[in-house]
Amino acid sequence: MARIRKPKLAVWKFASCDGCQLSLLDCENELLTLAGAVNIAYFLEASRATVKGPYDLSLVEGSITTERDAERIHHIRRASKRLVAIGACATAGGIQALRNFKDVREFTSIVYAQPKYINTLNKSTPILDHVFVDFELQGCPVNKYQLVEVINAFLHGRKPNTPRHSVCTECKRRGIVCVMVAKGTPCLGPITQMGCGVGGEYSGAICPAYNRGCYGCFGPKETPNTRSLSRWWTDHGMNEQELVRRFRGFNAGAEAFRKESEAHEK
Amino acid sequence: MRSRTIKVDWLARVEGEGALHVKIKNSKVADLKFRIFEPPRFFEAFMRGRKYSEAPDITARICGICPVAYQMSACHAMEDAFGVKMDGQLRALRRLIYCGEWIESHALHVFLLHAPDFLGYEDAIQIARDHPDIVRRALQLKKAGNSLVALLGGREIHPINVRVGGFYRVPTRREMAALTGPLEEARDIAVEAVRWTAALPFPEFERDYEFVAMIHPDEYPFNEGRLISNRGLDIPVCEYDKHFAEQQVAYSTALHSQIENREAYFVGPLARVNLNFDKLSPLAQKTARAAGLRLPCQNPFKSIIARCVELVYACDEALRIIAEYEMPDQPAVQFQPKAATGYGCTEAPRGILYHRYRIDDQGLIADARIIPPTSQNQGSIEADLREFISANLKLPNKKLQWQCEQTIRNYDPCISCSTHYLNLHIEQT
Repeated sequence: MARIRKPKLAVWKFASCDGCQLSLLDCENELLTLAGAVNIAYFLEASRATVKGPYDLSLVEGSITTERDAERIHHIRRASKRLVAIGACATAGGIQALRNFKDVREFTSIVYAQPKYINTLNKSTPILDHVFVDFELQGCPVNKYQLVEVINAFLHGRKPNTPRHSVCTECKRRGIVCVMVAKGTPCLGPITQMGCGVGGEYSGAICPAYNRGCYGCFGPKETPNTRSLSRWWTDHGMNEQELVRRFRGFNAGAEAFRKESEAHEK
Repeated sequence: MRSRTIKVDWLARVEGEGALHVKIKNSKVADLKFRIFEPPRFFEAFMRGRKYSEAPDITARICGICPVAYQMSACHAMEDAFGVKMDGQLRALRRLIYCGEWIESHALHVFLLHAPDFLGYEDAIQIARDHPDIVRRALQLKKAGNSLVALLGGREIHPINVRVGGFYRVPTRREMAALTGPLEEARDIAVEAVRWTAALPFPEFERDYEFVAMIHPDEYPFNEGRLISNRGLDIPVCEYDKHFAEQQVAYSTALHSQIENREAYFVGPLARVNLNFDKLSPLAQKTARAAGLRLPCQNPFKSIIARCVELVYACDEALRIIAEYEMPDQPAVQFQPKAATGYGCTEAPRGILYHRYRIDDQGLIADARIIPPTSQNQGSIEADLREFISANLKLPNKKLQWQCEQTIRNYDPCISCSTHYLNLHIEQT
């Protein structure tokens, strides 16, 4: 019988916390099965052994913040049949995209005594701004079961089953009492994509299940009505400054969240 | 004249991006740079103007491997500023979530990142081909830690349940009890891991380090205590800035730390075990002794044993806290934010993590300072490399390079953290 070639998987890192690629190593029950099904060809966090491209599937974590990285992503794209951006940094620029709203030179001088040694771009940008991306998996961090689903889907040539509806819908499905209606706690659930906690007891709505408002770490859902949510918050006494902060979190650079925060900035 | 270069452009099995460049001339290390090129992310800058309550969630994003550590140091710094004291079950729950992170992070490093170096494998997946049981049990241990963080924090990476003053929701006794079985099994795996790692082949290598760790009168340090060293440092956390200085070097986006005017120092599991051995649980002490760990231990390669001893301790401590758990009435204590400066230092899996915040009268952050363990260890890592290379020049390039990588991994460097960045080059001329 002819041996079937195992698909080559690569994991790449740009500006990030490493948390999304760690999600792969956090698949304690699935890791060895995955390693059996694919050839982990490039994954520096896990192995010093590397195999040359082309790769069947590249997972890209992190945002582009340096000129060198803006070049590197093109090399990776050329070496990859399919490229999936994973996590808020890769899909929206991450928390480091807060610089996009300020002067980065000032930022450098706050952290570093000699800013001249630091090379950085003015903006932190998602992968899609630089190269064609086959799929974006949102989340800060991505959910590990969603990540396994995406890998599985791409290896079998089908579309990943990662719903794009809101956290709000998940609360209703699970009978979690609405923190905003019942307690007046500001919650980004109505406009945030579900995905947090998938595979667990509070799938899709961890924060409300833990008595706090969603802070939007999974980024905008499809067609989010941000304006309506802002109006609701304003009616409940939230000032503009705080409104801006609420939309400028881990997905500050995602278009829907960015536009809404800019609309409230004087 | 002979010259050699050892060069590692992208160091593997570490968190983040780093490189090593060594130039050897006439059998001497002429130049050595442990470079961190992880792009800067400017946390301390964009924290300005954010609300005090956002600090635990935002700083967690500095590191996906030790988010709890960032949340703990941030909370303690804020609580220090506002005069909030944590005690009783809420304090115990903080220790418990930290136990979970130590277990998850140490198990990851010992088995998946560091052990392959000792056994001559490129990675743990290769180990699994020859010794599937070792890797399977390691993943089981890691999972026990992650389950703890997931219960208390809502999820493993970037938990959502930690806040200044406590938690948003506290677990029920029944939820806690479900973790007892897996933690007991995890503890057995950890005890076995101490024996297993103690029998690994260690290079003969010792240096006279200044070890720095926290110390607490009654317990092995996690969240509270004074900072001490084996060379007489003994200060409260709020005096950190007076005794430690950070320096910027041209080739790195991480700032290097120095202690007073002395040399580099050493933080992390080996420092903690050396300075706090008597505070470990009886089982952790017994297992360490039985495995032949002699203290003070000055061989950095043996930090893998110290990490396993701490794995035993963290499982033991978690089981103790769970057994004594009573659900508190309130998930958090009430307090009033005010304009003040607060200092927090806690023992991250990789060593002391210091946060300082100045808060204005609106409860907004006016200034933030964060000093992660890896930037504190960077001086020691470079000094170890210099000495290790000088003593091992006869090794062929490939082998020397691999052992240099191992020398760096002794510290479990977390580069994502230290960029507030690593690339490996050895050059011989």
